[in-house]
Amino acid sequence: MMAYYREDAKVLSGGMSLIPLMKLRFAAPATIVDLNQIQGLDYIEEAGGYLRIGCLARNRAIVRSELVRSRHPLMSSAAPTISDPVVRNRGTVVGNLTHADPQGDWATVMMCLDGEVVARSTEGERVIPVSQFITGPFSTTLMPNEIAVEVRVPGATNFGEYHKIERKVGDFATVAVGVALQQQGGSVSRVGIGLTGVGPSNIKCYDAERIVSGGGLNENTIQQAAQAAAADSSPRTDHRGSEEYKREMVAVFVRRSLHAAAGIRAA
Amino acid sequence: MPEFRTVQCVVNDEPREAEIEPRLLLVHFIREVLGLTGTHLGCDTTSCGACTVLFDGLPVKSCTVLGVQADGHDIVTVEGLGSPSELSPVQEGFHEEHGLQCGFCTPGMMLTATGFLEENPNPTEEEIRWALSGNNCRCTGYMNIVKAVQWAAKKMATSGISARGARG
Ligand SMILES: Cc1cc2nc3c(=O)[nH]c(=O)nc-3n(C[C@H](O)[C@H](O)[C@H](O)COP(=O)(O)OP(=O)(O)OC[C@H]3O[C@@H](n4cnc5c(N)ncnc54)[C@H](O)[C@@H]3O)c2cc1C
Ligand code: FES
Ligand code: FES
Repeated sequence: MMAYYREDAKVLSGGMSLIPLMKLRFAAPATIVDLNQIQGLDYIEEAGGYLRIGCLARNRAIVRSELVRSRHPLMSSAAPTISDPVVRNRGTVVGNLTHADPQGDWATVMMCLDGEVVARSTEGERVIPVSQFITGPFSTTLMPNEIAVEVRVPGATNFGEYHKIERKVGDFATVAVGVALQQQGGSVSRVGIGLTGVGPSNIKCYDAERIVSGGGLNENTIQQAAQAAAADSSPRTDHRGSEEYKREMVAVFVRRSLHAAAGIRAA
Repeated sequence: MPEFRTVQCVVNDEPREAEIEPRLLLVHFIREVLGLTGTHLGCDTTSCGACTVLFDGLPVKSCTVLGVQADGHDIVTVEGLGSPSELSPVQEGFHEEHGLQCGFCTPGMMLTATGFLEENPNPTEEEIRWALSGNNCRCTGYMNIVKAVQWAAKKMATSGISARGARG
């Protein structure tokens, strides 16, 4: 169907971003392809070394999933901060990624966890890392004839926290920081650090990640990683807070999460 | 030239069918086509929750669902709570605990509370507050709304009646 309608059509998943955009006349698709009619796209399962989230899995289901909590606690930490409980009954993870709101939370989480979008069209399937999928505010590498059928996350992490400051429930992030780790007996084998709301789009903190993966978790690397993440952010002063405040909160949250992961009580 | 689509759904336990434009929002379908004006339109920006209805048992904001999406689904509006002779536990709770002032948010509040109590019949105060966090009330300050939901939970436990109430 997407091959037939191409640019004239829009896919509808949860509708929690598309319908508001249509009301504002920012989107005026001639045709809507409602995926909700298709059975079996709402899965959350583990297969082939990946945690796989089908494109109709709602935020509601992520919040409640024990499988998600056991594989990637960062996802379980972030999900309850996204929109509000009623909106989460419809909004989806994949719809959130394809919408690519620069303030969106799922892209940050998926960048931390090396998530990949699986896109399908009549011509076949391709897999796009989320860090390459998002190309800017409201823009992705998805082609008009493609549907994102799944987001998948490799392996597992045993620590994850999403710290988000929002002015009220349902608000987008003033600042949010995601941290995910896989660690055993003091050694860190996997690390993801990402930021929301403090730049033109979601930010993956490569430098901070390298500091932790190279040097492990100790007071020194934690302070350095926090400074590196703050340096990666480029917040703007707006109604949600000042530039200085937001940058400082990035450092505070990175430090807080890494301290928690290392079992160090913050001074 | 508007194109029309047939929608067949169950609303408050009754089968309904209508021809509507695909762009019509569920809230307008419910209010204007079906004539059930208990569902309120507040913000129209998916924020306030006044338009909340149950969609296959789950609370959704009907200002952000298309009417055609109801095809084949089950909808409950405030008119579907309780029965003409008996209020549902949630309705009774709002009455007993004075859970409303102007009443504008009340239908949405009661449907969110109903969906929530069906899932979690024995909630803590904190769980109630989080469950209602997508619904705004500009009058009550929420205290009595929380008490109303607690009252309903107690009534459900002692009477065995579901949050939606006995029908018939
Ligand atoms: C009050 C409110 C508060 C919110 N707060 C937050 C928040 O704090 N953080 C946050 O991240 N988000 C927030 N959101 C956005 C919410 O999470 C959306 O649900 C989400 O961004 C979009 O998901 P959806 O499933 O509703 O997508 P839809 O609205 O259905 O679609 C969004 C876009 O993606 C496209 N699309 C959807 N699915 C696919 C697919 N499978 N393949 C290809 N294209 C597709 C659509 O065509 C459309 O362009 C909020 C929304 C509301 C209404
Ligand atoms: S009218 Fe739908 S959320 Fe306010
Ligand atoms: S009672 Fe007036 S808005 Fe809630």
